[in-house]
Amino acid sequence: MSASEPGSTGGVRTRPRGRAGDRLLRVYVWLVIAWLLLPIAVMIVFGFNDTQSKSNVSWQGFTAKWWGRLDEYPQLLDAVDYSLKIALLSVLVTTVLGTLMGLALGRHRFRGQGATNLMMFAAISSPELVMGASLLSLFISTGVETGFWTVVIAHVLFSLSFVAITVRARVVGMDASIEEAARDLGASAWTTFWRITFPMILPGVVAGALLAFALSIDDFVITQFTTGGDVQTFPLWIWGATRIGVPPQVNVIGTLIFAAGVAIAVLNAVTARRRGT
Amino acid sequence: MDPRTTPAFLRGMTQSRSVTRRDAFRLAGLSAAGLALSACGVQGKKAAPPKKDAVAEYWASKKKNGTLRFANWPLYIDKDGKKYPSLELFTADTGIQVTYAEAIQEMPAFFGKIQPQLAAGNDIGHDLMVLTNSIQLNRAIQLGYLVPLDHSKLPNFAANAGARFKNPVWDPGNTYTVPWAGGITGIAYNPKYVDEVTSIEDLWNPKYKGKVGMMTDTQEVANFGMFALGIDPDKSTEADWKKAGDKLRQQRDAGLVRKYYENDYVDALVRGDVWITMAWSGDVFQQVAEGKDLRFVVPAEGGTIWTDNLCIPKTAQNPVDALTLMDYVYQPKIAAMLVEYINYIAPVPATKDILTAKAATEKGEDKEFLEQVAASPMIYPSDADMAKLRSYKTLSPAEEKVFEDIFQPVTQG
Amino acid sequence: MKRLTPYLLVLPGGLWLAVFLVVPMVFMASVSTQEGDLVNGFAQTFNVGVYGDVLSQYGTQFLRSAGYGLAATVLSILLAYPVAYWIAFRGGARKSTYLLLVLLPFFVSFVLRTVSWKFLLADEGILLAPLKSAGLLPGDFHVLQTTAAVIGGLVYNYLPFMILPIYVALERVDPRTVEAAQDLYASRREAFTRIVLPLSLPGVFAGVLMTFVPMTSDYVNAAILGGPENTMIGNIIQTEYLVNNDYPTAAALSFTLMAAMLVGIFAYARALGTENVLEAAAR
Repeated sequence: MSASEPGSTGGVRTRPRGRAGDRLLRVYVWLVIAWLLLPIAVMIVFGFNDTQSKSNVSWQGFTAKWWGRLDEYPQLLDAVDYSLKIALLSVLVTTVLGTLMGLALGRHRFRGQGATNLMMFAAISSPELVMGASLLSLFISTGVETGFWTVVIAHVLFSLSFVAITVRARVVGMDASIEEAARDLGASAWTTFWRITFPMILPGVVAGALLAFALSIDDFVITQFTTGGDVQTFPLWIWGATRIGVPPQVNVIGTLIFAAGVAIAVLNAVTARRRGT
Repeated sequence: MDPRTTPAFLRGMTQSRSVTRRDAFRLAGLSAAGLALSACGVQGKKAAPPKKDAVAEYWASKKKNGTLRFANWPLYIDKDGKKYPSLELFTADTGIQVTYAEAIQEMPAFFGKIQPQLAAGNDIGHDLMVLTNSIQLNRAIQLGYLVPLDHSKLPNFAANAGARFKNPVWDPGNTYTVPWAGGITGIAYNPKYVDEVTSIEDLWNPKYKGKVGMMTDTQEVANFGMFALGIDPDKSTEADWKKAGDKLRQQRDAGLVRKYYENDYVDALVRGDVWITMAWSGDVFQQVAEGKDLRFVVPAEGGTIWTDNLCIPKTAQNPVDALTLMDYVYQPKIAAMLVEYINYIAPVPATKDILTAKAATEKGEDKEFLEQVAASPMIYPSDADMAKLRSYKTLSPAEEKVFEDIFQPVTQG
Repeated sequence: MKRLTPYLLVLPGGLWLAVFLVVPMVFMASVSTQEGDLVNGFAQTFNVGVYGDVLSQYGTQFLRSAGYGLAATVLSILLAYPVAYWIAFRGGARKSTYLLLVLLPFFVSFVLRTVSWKFLLADEGILLAPLKSAGLLPGDFHVLQTTAAVIGGLVYNYLPFMILPIYVALERVDPRTVEAAQDLYASRREAFTRIVLPLSLPGVFAGVLMTFVPMTSDYVNAAILGGPENTMIGNIIQTEYLVNNDYPTAAALSFTLMAAMLVGIFAYARALGTENVLEAAAR
């Protein structure tokens, strides 16, 4: 990925001095990590709780039955389904638009570049709450019915800049002479793009797409403001369920998403290392 | 994983060329274009006043379609595994297939979702829904979003609904709604920590500082403020609301209130975060039935009765099928199936005898449970309790603003 | 054609940002000065007074949110710095493993993580009950519905955003400069305060930018972990928009929040020259 990838700058020699301080620091780091992981452990464990009541608040013994009873809450499965559909669709749009923007910003100088950068900075640094609130203002003022598509619009909005910036970073770091060489050898602009440029920026595009997917699947605030009808995503369903008791199936799905995310991250790290980027 | 933490992104962020003042002006120009667009207001949604023969006119051309899309609250119908026995009986008896959705978790959120679609005259995906009598239901009625019911097709309702469930103040003559189930907002407490409670003043008892739960819903909390002062919510005025607001604020400022809860007060009570709390009858009944040692009382000064109501949105695709189900569930044997599972107040009093009779034929835990249901004052409130119960104040849009401005700062200060 | 290329490339995305980011802000400003209610509609009356009203009515929540945001940011720096330092300088070959561990919470939905804390911190829950029965804590001790719970929740949810940038900055520090300092008889402490700390500040600044804004405008933590005295401005905005449908008040509050944030960010960036700083951090 980048130079900031761990381990790429080579080892830092540890000095023999201050061993005790180091040990203390090490304990501290593990305490922080334990603190960060504690709620996750609870989430996973309580997916196996043999609870009787509506709400899953005290340990009643071990069971794996909830893993087979995910369909007991059809609305919950619908919510997961919506989350995935919205994520995939917004990733598609975001990746195409963001890649084009990244190319333009990384390769060309043009009027309005500063304004584009400013908008991208604003999209990243505005509070999600304000983005959601302003989109809702737009939709109610123009009489647009909120639902699936307004959520997709919002998700593209907040992930677009992340993809564009990631792709731009890749484009800027790319050696332009290879493209020039291809052109010198008579390749058309189109061929050059698909045969040379695109494969070179592809890691940036993939990274951007993964980022957009992660952003979309976990978004709560903007989705809450821009959704309507029966369209509920997984985080929204949990929010609703906190008012009546969160069933263990939520823990199960949370665990599944967690496992999938970790698997993708590990896979990504391994292939990145193998590529040597 | 959050993208904002990946090195690729962090690196990209920093390649930003600096933004000039001119760019900011360009954006301002773009905004000006938007300003022209946005100058007009948000359109009103008020409905034309209903015509006299609206009922006949609406129902004249409607036919049975054999399908029904029913939106309800979670865990609010009898369930056997993945099946809904009462709905299966309904399908067997009428040939109407039901798509059942647990689509409603909160009135404001649900209303917020369906409101734009109803305003635009679009299908909301449901033909029948269960709405609590509330500011939102009043709005739905005022906005003309509900279909006036054809009572000639509701003979079971006429024959079997309890008198106290007919003709509520907020829907005179059951023009738009019939009750699905009802509940009482009273006080629940854990006898391990709290002495016997009879008065609403116990919610103001300094002994329970930091262990008192109140509800975040403004109408719920306002009613309790008014009961504490001996005010009947239905006859209350703005001056009464102010007094009630002060009373509630005093409770809050004294540090008595742990939190203003949604429905999650149940978890808090069970976990021991609160010892005494405003509570809904059915929730407490279920906890007690599961063996938890909790008590529920209607305080001497008064409690709130509310109902969750079946109603048909004006954009329903299958209104006749919806009306058929509305009447079907008022047969005592069906109503008994429902109350046995729901554990809230049944609008059909005859169910009590049916459950008692059924209890006689069962054994063990089932028998015990049925007897508990039939005997529970939380499901069949006594006349003494009923006499203490009041509804929410029905508010006009203008009153609603005043009301919210008084009570919302209490729960959301 | 070639001259047009960058415009064609940037146009779709640029339009998206303009139409759905810039234009809605204008609509929000417009809605804020309208008057009316949901039933009768809202009419534009240029009621600028609404801004005075919301500030006097909800000033407390604005200040409280800023206070929570500030406290949580400072706490995050104090908690994150040693972690980032240790991973960067003592992580050795397993740096990436440690980083992954720090980032693991992000694979669990934000709302679910916060709900987990509510569960963990219950008065008679799995953390407090044993301490209480052992007599280490008084019986009426509680964490939920306190300021500490809300700020703790904020720090928990955003800590990795602070660890990462600081780590990235520290990783850039050439260990030879530290060695050189020590060879010149600087003490460990001097080597740290005179060399490492200044070089890592850009990372701290970046971390502040990434945590302060979302923490201050958060409403999930206050709603799930907070009590009556912990309502943040985000909770008010959410209620006014989605529960009360009082759009003008809600829009005025959001607009004020955004303006305050923008002024804050720009003042901060100007005071610290953050743009250069950010660049340095990632190089």
